Amino acid sequence: MTRELLKGNVAIGEAAIRAGVQAYFGYPITPQTELLEYMAWRMADLGRVFLQAESEIAAINMVYGAACTGARVMTSSSSPGFSLMQEGLSYIAASDVPAVVVDMMRGGPGLGNILPSQGDYFQVTRSAGHGDYRPIVLAPASVQEAIDLTMLAFDLADRYRHVVILAADGQIGQMMEPAELPPMQPLTAAPPWALRGAQGRAPNRISSLYMHAESAEAANRRIQSRLSQIRQYEQRSLEYATEDAELLVTGYGTAGRIALSAVQAAREQGLKVGLLRPLTLFPFPEERLSVLADRVQACLVVEMNAGQMLDDVRLAVGGQIPVEFYGRMGGVVPMPDELLTVISRMYRRVAAPA
Amino acid sequence: MLQEITPVMLPVYERPAALAGVHTHYCPGCTHGIAHRLVAEALDELGLREQTIMVAPVGCAVFAYQYFEMDGCEAAHGRAPAMATGIKRLLPDRTVLTYQGDGDLASIGIAELIHAAARGEPFTTIFVNNAIYGMTGGQMSPESLEGQRTSSTPGGRDVQRTGFPLKVCELIAGLEGTAYVVRRSLHDVASIRKAKKAIVTALKVQQAGAGFSLVELLSTCPTNWGLTPADALTWVEEHMLPQYPVGDYKVSAAALRAAAG
Ligand SMILES: Cc1ncc(C[n+]2csc(CCOP(=O)(O)OP(=O)(O)O)c2C)c(N)n1
Ligand code: SF4
Repeated sequence: MTRELLKGNVAIGEAAIRAGVQAYFGYPITPQTELLEYMAWRMADLGRVFLQAESEIAAINMVYGAACTGARVMTSSSSPGFSLMQEGLSYIAASDVPAVVVDMMRGGPGLGNILPSQGDYFQVTRSAGHGDYRPIVLAPASVQEAIDLTMLAFDLADRYRHVVILAADGQIGQMMEPAELPPMQPLTAAPPWALRGAQGRAPNRISSLYMHAESAEAANRRIQSRLSQIRQYEQRSLEYATEDAELLVTGYGTAGRIALSAVQAAREQGLKVGLLRPLTLFPFPEERLSVLADRVQACLVVEMNAGQMLDDVRLAVGGQIPVEFYGRMGGVVPMPDELLTVISRMYRRVAAPA
Repeated sequence: MLQEITPVMLPVYERPAALAGVHTHYCPGCTHGIAHRLVAEALDELGLREQTIMVAPVGCAVFAYQYFEMDGCEAAHGRAPAMATGIKRLLPDRTVLTYQGDGDLASIGIAELIHAAARGEPFTTIFVNNAIYGMTGGQMSPESLEGQRTSSTPGGRDVQRTGFPLKVCELIAGLEGTAYVVRRSLHDVASIRKAKKAIVTALKVQQAGAGFSLVELLSTCPTNWGLTPADALTWVEEHMLPQYPVGDYKVSAAALRAAAG
């Protein structure tokens, strides 16, 4: 296997192809358009389905239909377009069909701008649509991780028959880094529940409609039991220098990556600082965080938003330690030096009181 | 000697194989039931039941996927053409149908319909036009007639304020992607027979991959029109037909060949 210089958006597209994606439906929006453009020629070359939809509403409903045939399918968008997918995502989740959606987050709210942001954390993790469910959410911090998590996304979507969102800030889509792509996987066979015509069998029916309270509650319980399995088995995070850390920094995606540089610099100055970088935003790596909360004096959450994962961190540490927040908004990416200043000030206050 | 004679019962009217043996929840006299039966008969005649996937709408026909004995799913309100596009693109050799009411198709889902039609997606849409939102209790739809009383136009539809009835066949016939676009009515036996023929033709057009096909069926909603089933049929004839003339709005050359074949 060789490493090649790849742009994030293109890497995600090629990873999806190698994972066996059979159909891509999407609508142009910066900063994810290169992904759509890549799929346009690459899927055609492979004889797979590519279609530029008339809107993100149509795109997600094309995904819904295509997913009902049992194929691996995906769409990608960025924040305003992702908002338009909410209804479809909810239907998909309620129907137990797998689908992979990329949200290359940009500055908001409103039309905002095309700069990298993590402002959709609530939207992607809290439900991404109406009703009681949560999608699986993966957060890459490099081009390599974008590839690996795209592959994982398709596997998790199939395993749990659930919506998986690859939530990356726009920076991940735009940057170029050396990375290694996995080999091409064979296409998956259609599962027995797929809609392909009731030839020689009873009809398969896929819907999210439950007229009676009892059957609707049973459907909700089914979703919730799936989610509790996901919570049990799929929490993922990476750590740096947490063994003896007194201050724990946590952040995901680009914010987590920049936080790592700042934490490394703090270590060089002799500060006992560690980093926890969640790879799964849902399920949130609360188990690992609560273990670490027992050991450290305090926790600093770093995000490119006004403090959204902050809520999950607070829930996970359950008031055991002080939790503080540092964030930049509207497409501003924090600098390592800037974070180092925040970290050392907080360290002096909470970890090593004079 | 007297012989006992066992009477032989010959079925003259059976449930089509493509229709599931379940009760529907449609109101008495509602033409959704007729439309279902016609679709099922057409699929049976062409031997398509086992290779068809039906996309149900949001509206009174929301359970259509349960009323047909074939694979089916239920789309979000108005999104059936997008869902059908996803299915048909993955399974181009299967027959794909959407079944949609006028609120679903002509209001919230008009964008999905027009773009599926413009792309020439080779699936078939059965468009049940009863000029009202049935399921939500009789509000105005884009198809409601001028002056028609609905629960959201209590004084009758004022076209100056609420716009004019949206004529779907006329609108999409001009799109190059459409192959077969026709309007039929379900208000009497002769019309029903013609409607059935049109559905068969639309399915043949789909099988030939000739482009997008749509059969509009002028239908009743006795419940929300506040009419008896019989009066509702008369209302279709007297009020809807003049506004929504039945006819063939588009039969492309390829569709003609498919229909003949
Ligand atoms: C997004 C959304 N908006 C509104 C509704 C409520 N709703 C359900 S059915 C319907 C209208 C259906 O009317 P029509 O398509 O004409 O079908 P009919 O019931 O007359 O057969 C509406 C507005 C919904 N389910 N989803
Ligand atoms: S409300 Fe109207 S459209 Fe709906 S089932 Fe009753 S009669 Fe038919």
